[in-house]
Amino acid sequence: MTDSVGSQRKKIHPHKFTLWVALASIIMMFAGLTSAYIVKGSMPGWINISLPKLFYYSTGAILLSSVTIQLAEKAFKERNRPRYRSLMTVTVVLAIAFIVFQLYGFKELYNSGIKMEGSGAGQFLYIIFGLHILHVLGGIVALIVMFLKSYSGKIRSYNPVPVEVMTTYWHFVDFLWIYLFVFFLLKM
Amino acid sequence: MSHEAALHGHSEVISHDAHHDEHHVHHHKETFISKYVFSMDHKTIAKQFLISGMIWALIGGLMSVLFRLQLGYPDQSFPFLEDILGRWAKGGRISAENYYALVTMHGTVLVFFVLTGGLSGTFANFLIPLQIGARDMASPFLNMLSYWFFFGASIVMISSLFVQTGPFSGGWTAYPPLSALGEASPGSKVGMDLWITAMALFVVSSLLGGLNYISTVLNMRTKGMSMTRLPLTIWALFFTAVLGVLSFPVLLSGFILLLFDRHAGTSFYLSDIFISGVGPMDHEGGSAILFQHLFWFLGHPEVYIILLPAMGMASEILSVNSRKPIFGYMAMVGSLFAIAILAFLVWAHHMFVTGLNPFLGSVFVLLTLLIAVPSAIKVFNWLTTLWRANIRFTPGMLFALGFVSLFISGGLTGIFLGNSTLDITLHDTYFVIAHFHIVMGVSAFFGMFAGIYHWYPKMYGRYLNNTMAYIHFWVTLAGAYLIFWPMHYEGLAGMPRRYMDYSNWESFKQFAELNKFISTVAMIVFAVQILFVFNFFYSIWKGRKVTTQNPWESNTLEWTTPIRPGHGNWPGEIPEVHRWAYDYSKDGRDFIPQNEPIGPDETTPH
Ligand code: HEM
Ligand SMILES: [Cu+2]
Repeated sequence: MTDSVGSQRKKIHPHKFTLWVALASIIMMFAGLTSAYIVKGSMPGWINISLPKLFYYSTGAILLSSVTIQLAEKAFKERNRPRYRSLMTVTVVLAIAFIVFQLYGFKELYNSGIKMEGSGAGQFLYIIFGLHILHVLGGIVALIVMFLKSYSGKIRSYNPVPVEVMTTYWHFVDFLWIYLFVFFLLKM
Repeated sequence: MSHEAALHGHSEVISHDAHHDEHHVHHHKETFISKYVFSMDHKTIAKQFLISGMIWALIGGLMSVLFRLQLGYPDQSFPFLEDILGRWAKGGRISAENYYALVTMHGTVLVFFVLTGGLSGTFANFLIPLQIGARDMASPFLNMLSYWFFFGASIVMISSLFVQTGPFSGGWTAYPPLSALGEASPGSKVGMDLWITAMALFVVSSLLGGLNYISTVLNMRTKGMSMTRLPLTIWALFFTAVLGVLSFPVLLSGFILLLFDRHAGTSFYLSDIFISGVGPMDHEGGSAILFQHLFWFLGHPEVYIILLPAMGMASEILSVNSRKPIFGYMAMVGSLFAIAILAFLVWAHHMFVTGLNPFLGSVFVLLTLLIAVPSAIKVFNWLTTLWRANIRFTPGMLFALGFVSLFISGGLTGIFLGNSTLDITLHDTYFVIAHFHIVMGVSAFFGMFAGIYHWYPKMYGRYLNNTMAYIHFWVTLAGAYLIFWPMHYEGLAGMPRRYMDYSNWESFKQFAELNKFISTVAMIVFAVQILFVFNFFYSIWKGRKVTTQNPWESNTLEWTTPIRPGHGNWPGEIPEVHRWAYDYSKDGRDFIPQNEPIGPDETTPH
């Protein structure tokens, strides 16, 4: 990083910093929703559900994708382009697998009679997990854009910041999922 | 020695600008579109927020004049209104549905679009880069997006005024069931969908802005500008952004559940509802209180999002025009911090009478009353700054003084409301209306006016007209007290808020004349705001020109830029900072700008 600018030395890159603040903001949104779950759950008339097994598979997929993106970042810094490229592809595939498992999980719940009517654990699950899927989707889109961008220019970019920002976000979405999953498991 | 030094410091500053005036720094090809419309210059974006905010303020203010007409003269009709407003005033009377729509829109517009978007958007954008010594925001692009999301939100909100069933009419707090059930009222139909859409866009705008403000303050300060040398304006705008970034997402999650209740058949907020003419609703098991928790978790920080920028600007302007350092700088920063923390811990004081567990209630009473401590520290420091000062009564200064006065008056009534037992009688009465209009509405407006009068020369290179400014100040100050002070008595007598006609109540007949009086004053005050808007636009082209770089003889960095700074703010290098922002009347010198190095025999440099 630049340290010619005197007081700017050793500071976190502004883009990374902005990302961290944005993550705090996303955390607050999910904290709001899970708090709503807790408040609502303590009121009379609460209906519980049992979590479909599929959510364990999706957990596996997203955890694995965290590993692959971390390795991809490492490959990028070692300027090992082919390895970077294949690891990123695996990451995207795992993320898509995660989403597919989630959607099948929803379907299983829905077929077991948990519809949108009501305001129990099931309806919270659809909305909270659904919003999480949107964040994963956003990550996939950003990852693909970044990936293509680093190949489109005439000069290859070896700037690690976009990759690092991406990796951080990815781990965050993973962490967020673990939090949500454990939250629902404990509340069952 | 000291006198000479003062003269020297001064002349140096002036000669510095003589050449660079009117020169633009990065003069790459700028079209009208890139310069004024999709601009990425923080100063232009600030002006965009300011002027949009002013248009909103006029709309929101006009709404209040209309419903005050109804409140003051419930038995009369005004045929001319039908000519102007068409279906909004059939037969010259405002219908019940339209009355509630007006009140709801008035609240939404003033709280969010004027005092949040307009106020933070203007001054965070304008002052942060200029006062910390940066060429622009951390991400000028996100900054531009922030304005255009605000613009989009504005268009959607305005369009809701024109749909057939009318805009949302269930109060600015959007409590269900009125906000959740389309069948509940005409305004709950499309109007409410547009309201939620507009608010979602608004939240995105605030988040993008807030992210940028935070990373700019923390990452882009010029050399020597340590956090403890920041002007208090920046500290206040910084905490404002932190509050916004952490509380708006919670509002968004509340709105998401609301949307599902409206359109997907869930019933998070709904239970056992019977609508006359429609019949029983099949929503079961929800709780409207849940929405209140989510709303007020934002809602209370939101009132401080509105107030903190005003506090920061008042601190700065009071110090400059008192020619004295702000009293207790670190205490000012500490109290801002304390307020920001406590703002998240008091939301349930809006819910004392919702059946809240009384034990929990007492915890919230304690936390609420704790806010009085940092508030009192700030008031004490402002007054001490003024103590035996050599005050310059510029229009900006007058409004800053007005801000302090109003904040004291309104804060005191907060202490009444913060006691849950007193709140049982005061809740939902005109006492609450009086409280929050004085402490938040009018006082934040005074902070904003102070800021506009003070920084207008930096924004447009001209001064606002002083005569109009003094009329504006005195009429607005007197008017604000005359309008809102009597409302405390109405509230203490039990007069509830949110009714359009009190003449059927034997107990409130005594207030008929008072209500007429309040309405009359409201119209006069509104007229004076139009005078201000006239002054604002007139002075952009016809105002007296600024001829010195530092017209208020102020220490902060924005006054080291050319009179009309271009994109990039400083033509040469960004100045380095050597001291805090409040070296006024020090060592026999009137003021010492932040970029002046510490002299060899200066007393206790900061
Ligand atoms: C000493 C400080 C304060 C205390 C103890 C306090 C306390 C309260 C309480 C208990 C209420 C609820 C009243 C009710 O609905 O029954 C209230 C309402 C309100 N307060 Fe304050 N307040 C304080 C300062 C402020 C400040 C500084 C602002 C804004 C900048 C503010 C803005 C509001 C608003 C907007 C409402 C009413 C919202 C509504 O119901 O529509 N208050 N206050
Ligand atoms: Cu509050």
